[in-house]
Amino acid sequence: MLKYTIRRLLLLIPTMFFVALITFSLAHAAPGSPFDRNPNRPLPQETIDRLNRLYGVDKPMYEQFALFLGNAVRFDFGSSLVKNRAVSDIIGDGFPVTAQLGIQALLLALALSLPLGIISALRQNSYVDYGSLFFATIGYTIPSFVIAIFLIYIFAVNLRMLPVVGWGDLRHMILPTVVLALAPAAVLMRLTRASMLEAIRQDYVRTARSKGLREQVVVVGHVLKNAMIPVATVIGPATAGLITGSFIIETIFSVPGIGRLFVTSINQRDYPIIMGTTLLYAFLIVLANLTVDLVYGMLDPRIKVGK
Amino acid sequence: MTTTTAMPTSQRRAAELNVITRKQRSLWGDALHRLRRNKAAMFGVVMIAIAAVLAIFAPMIAPYDPIQQHTADSLADPFFSNSQYSNPAYPLGSDQLGRDILSRLIWSSRVSMVVGFVPTALIFIVGITVGMLSGFHGGRVDNLLMRFTDIIYAFPDLLFLIIIMANLRNTPAGDLMGGLVLMFVAIAIVNWVGLARLVRGQVLSLKEKEFIEAARAVGVKPGRIMAKHLFPNALAPVIVSMAFAIPSAILAEATLSFIGIGIKPPTPTWGVMINEGFVVFSATPWPVILPALCISIVMLSFTFVGDGLRDALDPRMKI
Repeated sequence: MLKYTIRRLLLLIPTMFFVALITFSLAHAAPGSPFDRNPNRPLPQETIDRLNRLYGVDKPMYEQFALFLGNAVRFDFGSSLVKNRAVSDIIGDGFPVTAQLGIQALLLALALSLPLGIISALRQNSYVDYGSLFFATIGYTIPSFVIAIFLIYIFAVNLRMLPVVGWGDLRHMILPTVVLALAPAAVLMRLTRASMLEAIRQDYVRTARSKGLREQVVVVGHVLKNAMIPVATVIGPATAGLITGSFIIETIFSVPGIGRLFVTSINQRDYPIIMGTTLLYAFLIVLANLTVDLVYGMLDPRIKVGK
Repeated sequence: MTTTTAMPTSQRRAAELNVITRKQRSLWGDALHRLRRNKAAMFGVVMIAIAAVLAIFAPMIAPYDPIQQHTADSLADPFFSNSQYSNPAYPLGSDQLGRDILSRLIWSSRVSMVVGFVPTALIFIVGITVGMLSGFHGGRVDNLLMRFTDIIYAFPDLLFLIIIMANLRNTPAGDLMGGLVLMFVAIAIVNWVGLARLVRGQVLSLKEKEFIEAARAVGVKPGRIMAKHLFPNALAPVIVSMAFAIPSAILAEATLSFIGIGIKPPTPTWGVMINEGFVVFSATPWPVILPALCISIVMLSFTFVGDGLRDALDPRMKI
C-alpha cells in the first residue's frame, strides 16, 4: 500500500509536467499579443520590445517554458497582463469564493441524492423511484446554463423572489448553489440507486435477513455499508464537474470566483491567469482522483491496489 | 401435416414436439425489437428526425435569412406571449438586432446536428483503430496510449476544450467554416481516448476467449481476426458510447458558444443565441428561453435514445 501510494504520488509529476506543456504550447500558438489590443493605435515598436523584455517573452521558447515551470512549482505565475497584479494574488482572492460555492453544491448534492437514491432502490419501481429517476435524467441531460436560465426566469424575473446576479448574502447563493449541485446530484443519485440494488441482491444480505436481523439493521449495516463504496469513487469526477460547472455558473450569476476569472481572462487573452488557473484546476483534479483511488483501497479490502 | 413441410426444419421439429415457437431473431434484431418497444427512445428518435429534417432543409423552411437584420422590428415577442409587442410577421419574435428568431432556431439545428455527428465519426474511426491495435498487440503502443489517457483524464473535458478553442480560434485554422472545423477537431481530440480505452478493454477480455483461439489455431491473420471476430463482438458497448458522444458534443458546442469562444457570430447556433440574448434578458426573456428549450429537447432526445440503446443491446448494463 505504501509502495503504491508513493508510486502514485510520483506519477503526479510527469502528469502535471505534460499538463503544463500542453497549456504552455497552446497559449503560445495563439496569434496576436496582449499588447496589441487596440489596432487603431498600435504601440510604438520600442514600447513593445520593452514590454516583451519586461515579461520575458523575447527569450527562446524552451527557456520561457523552463522559467514558467520553475516559477509554477513555487506557485508564482507572474503578474496579470491586464490587471497589473500578481496572478497568485488574484487567484487567492477568487479561490475562497469558488471553494465555498463548490463545497456548498457538493453538500447539497449529497443531501439530495443519497436519500433519494436509497429510497428509490428500497422501493424500486414505485412513484418515488420514477420521480427520482426523472429528476436525475433532467439533471444530467440538460446543460447547467440552460437550467440556470430557466431558474432565473422563474425565481428572479417572474416571481422576483431572488436576485439575479451578484454575490454576498445568502439570497445570492441559493440559485448558483442549486444549479451547480444538480449535475453531481443526478450522477450520485443514479449510482447510489444502482449500487444499492446490487448490494440488496447479495448473498450476505439474504443471510443477514435469514438469521432474523431487523430490516433496519440489514439496510443500514449490510446493504448501505457496502453500497456506499462505489459512491465514494464519484468524488473525483464530481470535483471535476464542480470545477467546470463553476466556469458557467459563476459567469451567469456574476460570482467573483476563479471560474468567472478564467472565462474573462480567456476573452482578454490574459495568458498568465489562464495558465495559472488551468494548472491549479488540473492539480486539484489529479489530487481528487488520487485520493479516491487510495481511499477506495482502504474502504474495500476486496480490492487489491498496486497490481 | 401438409403445412409443416413449408416450415424451416427447426420450427417443424418444434411443432412436432408441440413446443410453442416464435419467429427467430438475430442478436441485432432482438435489440432493435427491444428498442422499438421503448417509448422514450422512440420519442427521441422522432425528435431527432425532425431536427435532422429542419437542419437539412433549413434554407427552404426558414421564413427569413437568419442573419438579416430588420432593425425596425427588433425585440418582437412571440405570438403566444400575449404581449403588445408581438408581430405576426415574426411568429417566435425577433432579437435585439431584428433577426427572426424562428429562422435562427431552424438554422441553428444545422450546427447542432453537424457538431453532433462529425466529431463522433472522427472519434469512432480513431478510437476503434487505436483501441483495437493497442488491445491486440499490447506493448509500446499500449503503454503510450495508457500514459496519454492518464494525462487527458487530468484535464476535465470542458477545460481542455476551452483551452484549445480560446488559444486557436483566432488562427487561420480557427476561421474555417466559422470555427466549426476547429470545434470538430477539438471535440475529437478530447474524446477519442475514452473510446480507445473502452475498445482496448473489450479486446483484452475477448482475445482470451476460445473462438479467437480457434481462429488463430486455423491460421487466420491478425488483421482478419480483428476485423471479423473482435470488432463485431466489441461493437455493442461502442455503439452505446457513440450514442452518448453525440449529445456531449452538442453540449460542448452550446457551452463554448454560450461563453463566447465557440462558433463565431453571425453564424446562428443555440449557444450563440443564448449568449447574445442574455444581454436583453431583463427586457425580454424569449431570445434566450426559446433556444434553451431547443437545446433541452435535443439533449433529452439523444439521451433517451442512448439509454434505450444501452438497455436494448445489453440488458445487464442497465443502471
